[in-house]
Amino acid sequence: MFQSTLNKKQFNILHLAGIYIHIPYCRKACHYCDFHFSTHFDTKERMVDALIREIILRKDFFSSPIDTIYLGGGTPSVLSSEELSLIFKSIHQHYALSTTLEITLEANPDDINDDNLSLWRSLGINRLSIGCQTFDDAILIQLNRIHRANDSITAYHMARAKGFDNISIDLMFGLPTQTEQQWIADLELAMSLQPEHISAYGLTIEERTVFGNLHKSGRLTVPGEELQARYYEQMMTMLADKGYIQYEISNFCLPGYKSKHNSSYWNQEKYLGIGPSAHSFDGSNRMWNDANNMTYIKKIESGQVPYTLETLSLKDRANEYIMTALRTKEGITLQKLTEELHYPEEKLRGILPWLVQNGWIEQSSDQISLTSSGKLLADEITLKIFLN
Amino acid sequence: MENIRNFCIIAHIDHGKSTLADRLLEFTNTVSKRDSKAQVLDDMDLERERGITIKSHAIQMDYIYEGKKYILNLIDTPGHVDFSYEVSRSIAACEGALLIVDAAQGIEAQTISNLYLALGQDLEIIPVLNKIDLPGAMPEEVKDQVVDLLGCDREGIIHASGKEGIGIEDILAAIITRIPAPKGDPAAPLQALIFDSAFNSFRGIEVMFRIFNGTLKKGERVKFANTSKEYFADEIGVLRLEKEPRLQMEAGNVGYIISGIKEAKEVKVGDTITHKDRPGEAIQGFAEVKPMVFAGIYPVETSEFEELRASMEKLQLNDAALVWEPETSAALGFGFRCGFLGMLHMEIVQERLEREFNMTVITTVPSVQFRAYTTKGEMILINAPSDMPDPSSLDYIEEPFIKAQIITKSDYVGPIISLCMDKRGLIKNQIYLTSDRVELTFDLPLAEIVFDFFDKLKTISRGYASLDYELIGFQTSNVVKLDIMLNGEKVDALSAIVHREKAYDWGKRLCEKLRELLPRQMFEIAIQASIGAKIISRETVKALRKNVLAKCYGGDISRKRKLLEKQKKGKKRMRSVGNVEIPQEAFMAVLKLDQ
Repeated sequence: MFQSTLNKKQFNILHLAGIYIHIPYCRKACHYCDFHFSTHFDTKERMVDALIREIILRKDFFSSPIDTIYLGGGTPSVLSSEELSLIFKSIHQHYALSTTLEITLEANPDDINDDNLSLWRSLGINRLSIGCQTFDDAILIQLNRIHRANDSITAYHMARAKGFDNISIDLMFGLPTQTEQQWIADLELAMSLQPEHISAYGLTIEERTVFGNLHKSGRLTVPGEELQARYYEQMMTMLADKGYIQYEISNFCLPGYKSKHNSSYWNQEKYLGIGPSAHSFDGSNRMWNDANNMTYIKKIESGQVPYTLETLSLKDRANEYIMTALRTKEGITLQKLTEELHYPEEKLRGILPWLVQNGWIEQSSDQISLTSSGKLLADEITLKIFLN
Repeated sequence: MENIRNFCIIAHIDHGKSTLADRLLEFTNTVSKRDSKAQVLDDMDLERERGITIKSHAIQMDYIYEGKKYILNLIDTPGHVDFSYEVSRSIAACEGALLIVDAAQGIEAQTISNLYLALGQDLEIIPVLNKIDLPGAMPEEVKDQVVDLLGCDREGIIHASGKEGIGIEDILAAIITRIPAPKGDPAAPLQALIFDSAFNSFRGIEVMFRIFNGTLKKGERVKFANTSKEYFADEIGVLRLEKEPRLQMEAGNVGYIISGIKEAKEVKVGDTITHKDRPGEAIQGFAEVKPMVFAGIYPVETSEFEELRASMEKLQLNDAALVWEPETSAALGFGFRCGFLGMLHMEIVQERLEREFNMTVITTVPSVQFRAYTTKGEMILINAPSDMPDPSSLDYIEEPFIKAQIITKSDYVGPIISLCMDKRGLIKNQIYLTSDRVELTFDLPLAEIVFDFFDKLKTISRGYASLDYELIGFQTSNVVKLDIMLNGEKVDALSAIVHREKAYDWGKRLCEKLRELLPRQMFEIAIQASIGAKIISRETVKALRKNVLAKCYGGDISRKRKLLEKQKKGKKRMRSVGNVEIPQEAFMAVLKLDQ
């Protein structure tokens, strides 16, 4: 008995396995988003069939039980009860599941209602990620979000009342017209709800989005670098005061509430991505599915999974490790980097002391991790450590 | 020999030399119209694009005139001041020259200096008014200029248009009737003048020559008079559109020899080919070409030094004027200090490295050769700022001066004079060639025209100014070494030797330019310009505050890794001084101070 518990524990730390399911539909296109989605729902039924077929086609992806399931998008909360049930049914049928399964659903506040919450509970969903983004209605309108601040708050309380005891709130900062006071107000409101988890993303202007176009033509102004930096610093201080742990650059949680699924992306764990544009990683290869709903559906209907495969070289793996691990609280384990990934030690000796002296990095025996000021420059520091 | 005519073409850039040459080739059926691409003689893509001749070329044509067949050897000459020595050797290989003048533009400075070279060699000059079909043509006015210059017969000036094919037959007839046949003794000891060479990757160097005396046979043992090197004449022949081998060639003719030479620097333009066993005298006028402008060339990727060396060696195979030696810079690593004939030559070398060898290079601040005299009376040649002796041991410095001839319209005389004064020039002469064409003569420090003089001259004269220059010697000068420091560390590759009066302005503008070009980094960067220990200018690049992408794009790790790897690649092309990363554009900043 003792033996098996220990095994399971090691298993959990070292070999998480997760399924991601991409639901490529949104009721409305947010002006900043460049993820793959469609606002035309006419293919939705066929898409769900295709997702289920892909679930079956790739049932041999894992050799161990599944620890996490994550429904993301797009907007997974647009799925009907039948559609969701079918997806879950096929997973249960074809995959071995761990007993401590984390099942996350990304939900828009406007989709959160009593019926849906009951359905989600009944399907075993035990973690909700609510896309609040901001509690400022004027900004929500600018972002082209469908919901308003009050919807978010109501939705949150409803979910709590339904027994969801692991809720994450998505926030964004550095939004157009967003002042420092507005951002602080957003943070305060979010904290007053006491979610277990907060993801907070600085707005990135992506090329092929409405914001991208507006910004290019000078019709959109966003808070500058200095302000963005201040917003980020504000957030780190305020959330830490309330006991939130910053376990990744953009992710905060109360003790014990890390997102297991997202952590697997940063810890080089295996994950299987189902649906158009979804990404998979089997330990040595990365695969990504076609990001077009119709070609994806047709390919799947013909019995094939339309993905592109990239086999990671040792250098690729080292760089990915540097890039992802550096963003986490634990940081980089030097031994892993040099021994397992063959990163040249002399190169480390050349850069680390300087990064430490300047206060961007903390080193404790075999770990290096970013300091608060280092977090603001994470990409620059990653570049310094990256292999050519 | 009496059927041979050897001639060259003297023309200013853009006056239509290459097009006219193309027409001659067509009229003599040397190339069919169908095969001809514009500028047949300009081999290099670079030449065709820039519309200039960089290397000289030669081609043989047949033409039947009044029932007799003639052999016409056209020796094409480069049309830029950087290559005046090569021009002089091409001219020396001919008995006559076509002087091509644009009927709308008139005579330019370059044309005049080359014309003097041709007259000095007693060449028969056939003046041709080209582009006669243009609406802006002013044939009578330009004829006046030509008559003034040559003292020739007004009627002897041929009207032509290369573009329209006008006057081509008149030109061919004039070549035959007016240019004398070559003289020379086929039985005398061999004397063949080398006027060009070309690199053939399969066969080595092809040497172009003109035989003045004697006869050269395939397989003979030959010797180059000035280098004293000996070879076998593996192949000799004439230069048609393709090379045509011959068993023997005699005095008066123009051709090529292939003798297994691997490197162009073994072949000196102006040298004499003779027999080993019965040597003839070396032909007069040989000179080693001397570089005028020096700059460092470094690989953008430090790891590509050996590759750059190989490319430079290959490039030197057909560019004997390029000289270089290895150099080390603290900022740029291993590279080469190169000597060029002039700024155009420097640009060409850089561009050829990029196009023909796929090498991206950083070129450092171009400099002329200064002479530093130490207190011990020693003379040190300064090819790079780092060669400057310590101020305490320095007595004085001399810098090279040129005589510059500028021909322009009278409207622009004022601005050109102020430009030259600003460049520390002294006006020496001002002659009205016609009522509105003026020839100005200045003594100018070479260093001042190295940078942006041509561009400025062109701008202020709206293109109506041409320049020619020659070195006239060295003069004592108050120049200083100006250093650039980034966070207190000297960037040797940005040092320059400048006149003391200009040092402050230079330093200020360079600091400002660098502030624009240096990307913000994780820390603040102080940019300082100094003369010795004295800081004369300072700018600051503020530290980067935030560079972190919020998202890792879900499970899409590859996307971010590739994004960062791309940025890393960009950074790899930068150089570091201390911890400051310097993009390559910054090293060229000096050249763009006015932009």
